[in-house]
Order: sequence, then structure tokens, then C-alpha cells
Amino acid sequence: MVHPQVKALRRRRSLKRAALVLVAVAFAALIMGLPSVAIFARAFSEGIGVYASGLLEPETLHAIKLTVITALIALPVNIAFGICAAWAVTRFRFPGRRVLITIIELPFSISPIVAGLCYLLVYGSTGLVGSYADQYGIQLMFNLTGIVLVSLFVTCPFVAREVIPLMEVAGRDQEEAALTLGANGWQTFLHVTLPNIRWALLYGAILANARVIGEFGAVSVVSGNIRGETMTLPLQVQLLYDDYNVTGAFAAATILTVIAVITLILRSAIESRHPQAH
Amino acid sequence: MTFIMPTATRRANRSVMPGFGLTLGTTLLFVALIILLPLSALFWQLGQLGFADYWRIITNPRTLAAFRVTISAAALATVFNACFGLLLAWVIVRYKFPGKRLLDALIDLPFALPTAVAGIALVALYDRNGWMGMLLSDFGIKIAYTWWGIALAMTFTSVPFGVRTVQPVMESLSLDLEEAAQTLGATDFQVFRHIVFPQVFPSFIMGASLAFARSLGEFGAVIFIAGNMPFKTEIASLLIMIRLDEYDFPAASAIAGTVLALALLVLILANIAQNRAARHMSRGG
Repeated sequence: MVHPQVKALRRRRSLKRAALVLVAVAFAALIMGLPSVAIFARAFSEGIGVYASGLLEPETLHAIKLTVITALIALPVNIAFGICAAWAVTRFRFPGRRVLITIIELPFSISPIVAGLCYLLVYGSTGLVGSYADQYGIQLMFNLTGIVLVSLFVTCPFVAREVIPLMEVAGRDQEEAALTLGANGWQTFLHVTLPNIRWALLYGAILANARVIGEFGAVSVVSGNIRGETMTLPLQVQLLYDDYNVTGAFAAATILTVIAVITLILRSAIESRHPQAH
Repeated sequence: MTFIMPTATRRANRSVMPGFGLTLGTTLLFVALIILLPLSALFWQLGQLGFADYWRIITNPRTLAAFRVTISAAALATVFNACFGLLLAWVIVRYKFPGKRLLDALIDLPFALPTAVAGIALVALYDRNGWMGMLLSDFGIKIAYTWWGIALAMTFTSVPFGVRTVQPVMESLSLDLEEAAQTLGATDFQVFRHIVFPQVFPSFIMGASLAFARSLGEFGAVIFIAGNMPFKTEIASLLIMIRLDEYDFPAASAIAGTVLALALLVLILANIAQNRAARHMSRGG
């Protein structure tokens, strides 16, 4: 038998909880859910035919191609860098180790526009490295190279940030055992380290991929905005929107939204199966 | 805690673990070319400018107006997200309800969604013909192409910081203290105010400053909904872009350097505050 006063207390508490949950869900739906729904509503507002023709415009297709190429170049470099950095930082102690970790994290706190500007100052045709390359007829900015370079900047912390804590916690014992048993460095890495960090690696790569595909500010500074040539998909969205081709802009935006949703699904799948990857 | 190992052990390390030269060399080369060189170029450019010119650019009325708009909107977005983040984290950690996993996944949407897409989505919702825009215009409220639109866009892009920094700490809280307080007759609000909040405070500060730093530099989500009117709804990032289009590198660098310095300052202060709070708690119990 539960005392009636306790019962009343419980009911009041569960009412309070329900109210809090309701407020939280309502805010989340309003601030984050509704905009994503609006993208699809606007994209399909003139029928599926207009939507499809918006997607199949040559300039939009070219933007998709450019975005994919950028991701295909930037991502492997990013993964390789992340592994190298994690190995150097967690397997050895050297002066300046902490500073190095901080520097690797730095791009997260830098505004994309500021990052783009920094790249123009160095790699632009009047810049420190750019003017040197210019003498040999090599242009580094306002083309694919520039887009890849800034993409590397904005995404370089992603993989390293996931892998470093994991390798730090795992310690060196397993690798040292493999090495004393006669494995060489590469064998040790492939058969001992890689299996341990593979989920964290994948996790970081998925987030980095989303950022490469979606980067807007930094890319718009260094891409030169050449119509049909150096427009990645997010830039193309803006171009179409400014051209008053609103349906085309939203059609292109749906692709990016779908990629974002897939990213979130993959991410939470990895998180629930391999909690240590996070 | 890190100790610098004595030379003997370090040498021993190196002989067992291979790849020190290769991995550190690659890392340093990459960090130098991709991160440090571009950043130092900004400082070099600022050095070329000299303080008098820098000051003239920064105190230009249009620049000052852009800073005022950016900082005030970022501040509102940060305050909102800090409180909202606390609520969301609390609800996700403590309560069970249908759709919880969906809510949990939705929180990261602003990180996964490209900012340009977020920008046009917000315009689609809040301009005259949008669902929310129509609804709000009945009450005489205008959000798109005003200062409020800027704050809204900044709020959208920085939601995850408010939640994700506080959430793990809330998960790790033990219930003993809260239950003790409740049996002694404390109300829910008192429990939150005196027991839960002090414990999550360091991460609360960290989340808020990350959100603020992000909002300061936000560009894609904001420019679509801002209206971009000089002196009224022009943000600092946009002004950098405009100066770049005019090939005015010194002015762009001066504004960019200020934005960067402000963001770093906020993060450094937050780090110090977080360390202090953590030390204070471990001492005071």
C-alpha cells in the first residue's frame, strides 16, 4: 500500500518531468527539425519533375563532381595525417608534445573565413609560397588545389582527435609484445594497432567527410567562384539561390541534407556498437 | 599528467618503437604547411600594417558596427544555447521517453548539415512566405533580414556545443548527494541549483565559450538570413569577404586578426576558468 501523499508527490514529479521533456522536444523540433523539413518541402514544392531537372543541370552536376573529387583527395590525406600524428604523440614522449596536440586542435576554433584569408595570404599569387610557385606557372588558389588545401585545414583535427585518446588509453604493451616477437613496424601497425583503432578511425573519417563536403566559408574565399568550374556543392547552392533559382538551390541542398542525415545515422550506429570509438 | 622522460628511457623507447622519425616528421611537416604557415602569414600581414593603420581600420564606423552586430548576436545565441543545452542534456541523461534516441541524434544535426544549407533552410522558414515567417508576421514580429535572424542562425549552428560538453559530466554524476538533499526536504530546483549545477559548471562554461567562438566566426548560415545591410545586419565575417573582393588585403587581415584574437581570448579564459573551478571543487569537496 503506497501512502496517498507519496502517490501525489510521485504524480507531481512525473508531471514536472513530462513538462520538461515536452519543452526540450518542442525547442529541438522548432530549431533543428523544422528547417530540415523545410528544405525538402521547398525542393519538392513545384513537383518532382522540376526537382529532378534542377538536380540534373550541368553546373550542379559539375559541382557534385568537384565536391566528390575534393573529398576523395582530402580524406585519405586526413586519415594518414591523423594516424601519423596519433602514433607520434602517443607512442613517444618529446618536448613540445602538448603544444603539438594543441596546434592540431587549433583549426576548430578558427573562423572558416579567417582560415580562407590566411590561405590566400600564403598560397595566393602574391603570397609567400604562391608567388614562388607562380614563377613556375603553378597556380595554387582559385582552383581544385586551393579547395583541397583549405579542406585539409578545416578537417585536420577530426581523425587525430578520435584516435589520440584511444591510443593513449590502450598503451604500448601490445605493440611492444609484437615487436619483441619479431614483427617489424608495419606488421605491428597493420595487425595490432589498426584493428584496435579502426572504429575510431572510421568515426573520425565520417565526420571529416561531412565537413569536407559541407565546408562553405573557407572554400568560398579560395575557390574564386568561377561559375561551372570551381563551385563545390554548397557554393552552388548559394549561386543558384542568388540567381533566384530557388527550387534548384533547394534541390541541391537536399543532396547535402541527405548526406548529413546519413552521417548522423552512421555515427550513432558506430557509437552504439563501439562505444570506445567515441 | 605528463612527465618528460629521462633521456635514457627515451632512447630505449625509440629503439623498441619504430617510426618516430617518420611519423613525427610527417606530422610536423603537415602542421607547418597546413596550419602554422597560413596563420603566421596573417600575423605577418598585420605586422606590415602597423598599429596606426590597424587602429584606423578597426575603428572605422562600418567595422565597429559589424563587430557590434556580430558580438551581440553571438552573445544572445550563446546565452540561449547554454540554458537550452543544460535542459536538453538533463532530459536526455535523466529521463526515458519515446523518441529519445532521435532527439539525441538531432542535436548533432547542425554539425553535420552544411552551413549554407542551414542558411537557406532558415530563410525558407522565416521569410515572408515561410511557415514561421507567416505565423510570426501576424504578431508583427520580423526575424528574417533582421538582427534576430542573425542570432537565430548562430543559435542553430552552436546548439551541439551547449549540450555535448555538459552531457558527459551529467552522466557521471552520482545520485547520492541529490537523494540525500531530497530526503532532507530540498525542492527539485534547490537540488539543481546547489548540487547539480555546481558540478556541471566547468563544462557549462566551456560549452558556452565554444558556442560563442563558433558564433563569432559563423558565415554560411548567417549571410542568407541576415539581409547584409551595412551598419545594421552586416557581420564581421561578411565584411572580411567584402574587403577581400575589393583586394583590400590589409583591411581584411585587420578584421580577421581581431576576430581570431577575440575567439582565442574567449577560449583561453574559459580554459583558465574551467581549471580554477575544477581545482576549487576538488578542494572544497
